[in-house]
Amino acid sequence: MDKVLGDEIPEFNRKAAATDEPGLSGLRSLGLGQSRTHLETAIIVLVAAIIIGGAELLLRAFDVPQYIMPKPSQIAWALYTEWPFLWPHLLVTLYELFAGFAIGGAVGFVMAAVITQFPFVEKIVTPYILLLVTTPMLALVPLLILRFGFGSEPRIIAVALASGPMVMINSATGFRRVDLAKIALARSFGANTLQIFTKIRIPMAMPMIIVGLMVGSIFGLLTAIGAEMVGGAEGLGNRLTYYSALIRMPQFFAIILILAVIGISIYVFFYWLGKRWASWEA
Amino acid sequence: MANTSAGSRPKMLVENASKFYATKSGPVHALENVSLEVREGEFLCILGPSGCGKTTLLWSMGGLHDLTSGRIRLGKEIITRPHPEIAMIFQDANLLPWRNLLKNVAFPFELKRRRADMERIEHLLERVNLKGFEHKFPRELSGGMQQRASIVRSLAVDPSVLLMDEPFGALDAFTRDEMNMLIQEIWMETGKTIAFVTHSIAEAIFLADRVVVMSARPGRISAVYDIDIPRPRSVEIQTQPDFIARVLEIKARIDRGRTRAPGLEVA
Repeated sequence: MDKVLGDEIPEFNRKAAATDEPGLSGLRSLGLGQSRTHLETAIIVLVAAIIIGGAELLLRAFDVPQYIMPKPSQIAWALYTEWPFLWPHLLVTLYELFAGFAIGGAVGFVMAAVITQFPFVEKIVTPYILLLVTTPMLALVPLLILRFGFGSEPRIIAVALASGPMVMINSATGFRRVDLAKIALARSFGANTLQIFTKIRIPMAMPMIIVGLMVGSIFGLLTAIGAEMVGGAEGLGNRLTYYSALIRMPQFFAIILILAVIGISIYVFFYWLGKRWASWEA
Repeated sequence: MANTSAGSRPKMLVENASKFYATKSGPVHALENVSLEVREGEFLCILGPSGCGKTTLLWSMGGLHDLTSGRIRLGKEIITRPHPEIAMIFQDANLLPWRNLLKNVAFPFELKRRRADMERIEHLLERVNLKGFEHKFPRELSGGMQQRASIVRSLAVDPSVLLMDEPFGALDAFTRDEMNMLIQEIWMETGKTIAFVTHSIAEAIFLADRVVVMSARPGRISAVYDIDIPRPRSVEIQTQPDFIARVLEIKARIDRGRTRAPGLEVA
């Protein structure tokens, strides 16, 4: 007999429908949601051209020194010429990000799945998770460097520590939305506990899991760059401090451009994932 | 015809069922000593005001709930967990929103790790006019279509007993009439045994061979009515004097039960 169902008065549906967490719909307002017409796309490109071209013209017209603000053309040229020196650092940063996020994300997801099944454990653990979420993990990096040296390890650990709690707290929100009626439905057709987990609980939680993965990976990126700026000799964060120390601003901005592309790629990827796996919750 | 064979052997038996829920404000007495038989091929309606334990009773019959005392039998077997011969139909259709209609209907097969009986599913979808909607998602379907899909989902695994929990409660009156006609037709075609929970007196009389009236707090059976209106019944019979007289009789019975309740609580 089902433990979950046995203790509950069957007045479901309403409860589940009432708890509308800010899910993927929140992302939609950030702009990727609506489909655009060709005209709108053209205007967006035009606006970009105006901003970039305008910056170029203004910076030339007022003869702004390069160390204050390099011209877009200089940045593009720097990106092109410095690329052979930059991409090994890019690979290092991506490696740290992926390794750290894979560890943090996996642990966060499993923790969320397990802990939400035990309300008592959840109550005990939640404050500590909140502590991990709110404390900037960057602050731990000097400590981690003391222990693990200047290699990738301390940064991977920092990325995992930054992304894991984010994944966990969001996934847990997802796993907490239990719809008794759907569990009863699966149970009535003979589902076992594992099937209820894989076929009801995970799909129900999926929108929040994806939000958690997205936020977690962005936090991981921030932490990876920050950690590289603290110490070591590799990674895009390290290059940022290097070029700014040499006042080579075009190269500095070229790196910022790369970071922006990484960030947007992460966003687009998880948006796409959300469309695929969680579009039922519009 | 299915209803001519009804009234013979008991298909399901509820024996002295009692159920308490443990809640924060103390135990809630949901069922008190309910005994009931559902006969082979019968259409039984369980009627009562909300909170009278009718859903609790149905969930127990479906093996989703433990009883505090008493037992439930299907033939010779004692029901302690969901049984493959029993399928449930829930309030508000209860489709899984992340699956399209076809995958929703095939869900029971998936849980049993069996290949879906596509021939049967196709046939049933055609029967309830859902052909061509296989790849729509629940949110793209109307309430009536969703409930028809959930009926197909339950019939697809070919159970002998259908337990229906206020399945049409959330539908508008017109759709509800349509669904009542449809379920009556399906019942007459398939000869399934159906226990149908509702709080609508008219719906109960329209559908049922027998109406079991329950009273609330604690839920117990207060009366059983035989409904001998010939089949098939059309929607129009609901306006005939005989039908209305039956509705009023049951309504009076329920009202009496409710006004008496506070006096009982003092004692």
